[in-house]
Amino acid sequence: MKAKHQRLTLALLALGAVVVAGLLALSALKDQAAFFYAPSDVRRDGIPLGRAVRLGGMVEDGSVKRAADGVTVHFTVTDGAATTPVVFAGIVPNLFREKSGVVAEGRFEPDGRFVASNLLAKHDEKYMPPEMAGKMHETKTLVTDQTS
Amino acid sequence: MPTLHAFANPARFLKIAKPLTPLLFWAGVVLVAIGCWAGLTLTPPDYLQGETVRILYIHVPAAWLGMGGWSGIAISSIMALVWRHPLATIAARAIALPGAVFAALCLTTGSIWGRPTWGTWWEWDGRLTSMLLLFFVYLGYMALAKADADRGGDGRIPALYGVAGSVLLPIIRYSVVWWNTLHQGPSIGLTQSSIAGAILWPLPIMLLGFTLLFAGIVAMRKAER
Repeated sequence: MKAKHQRLTLALLALGAVVVAGLLALSALKDQAAFFYAPSDVRRDGIPLGRAVRLGGMVEDGSVKRAADGVTVHFTVTDGAATTPVVFAGIVPNLFREKSGVVAEGRFEPDGRFVASNLLAKHDEKYMPPEMAGKMHETKTLVTDQTS
Repeated sequence: MPTLHAFANPARFLKIAKPLTPLLFWAGVVLVAIGCWAGLTLTPPDYLQGETVRILYIHVPAAWLGMGGWSGIAISSIMALVWRHPLATIAARAIALPGAVFAALCLTTGSIWGRPTWGTWWEWDGRLTSMLLLFFVYLGYMALAKADADRGGDGRIPALYGVAGSVLLPIIRYSVVWWNTLHQGPSIGLTQSSIAGAILWPLPIMLLGFTLLFAGIVAMRKAER
């Protein structure tokens, strides 16, 4: 009976330690495991020059401008605290639109512009039928997370 | 706990589990069929994703069961380590295959959804990568448990692996909250959901159906031994 209780305590302690290890890994890897840079990360840590990175955030309302050549798109990515101008030449994903999430793959120019070679649309956690969608659609998680 | 100990008797357990197995399985099949029909015909499309939103009726239950399966393996493993009960070891081994299948289903449906929605089949973001790791951990568990049983082991080594593998569960759950990921944050909380009711309602049916199906498959695999 006593050995059984000892094993129970040990097993529960082991499980607790494993879960805590997972949570610690989560918080420790926060920067390394990030899928993309947000504009305020760039403002805080400087521009990551000379390597391919991803820039994520929301496409700022009214910022999408299509160039006369028909394939180049200029827009601004914002996370609520900072903004980055982006230029992309190519076909944008179906879900790419203003006030919606985007992840751009490409490189920063020394002047702070981001030249994207590929765009991914970031969908948010909200799902609704078309008739409800008159309300504003925003990728909320991207904006609120920047306070932490 | 005299009542719980009564179920720990393998012969008595099998006597109860045997008639329950087809009941669980077929109830699951019926609920999944109802859920599929409702999800494919009765619910409206999403305003942004269009018809691809319907993948969530498979994807979400598959993800929950992929993770729930490992929770089951972890709990069974602890019971196997503490009480040295053979049923706990058998339960953990019975869960592994359906758990891996649902994890694979989650990854596949997610990939199919990701192509039209994000514009990519696969990206190495936190949620996708940690779920893929869970799938590999399932495969590792199955190989280890088989090797242990073949050598006449007592199941202690796979049980330790089962506990250690739980490290992935909080990482999968919170990856989208704590990390920047391409995958969106959680849509469904305990009390509220950011999925509109008109789209959401078949999901609980599917969830219950897949869970019963899962339980039926586990009971079937258990009874075979």
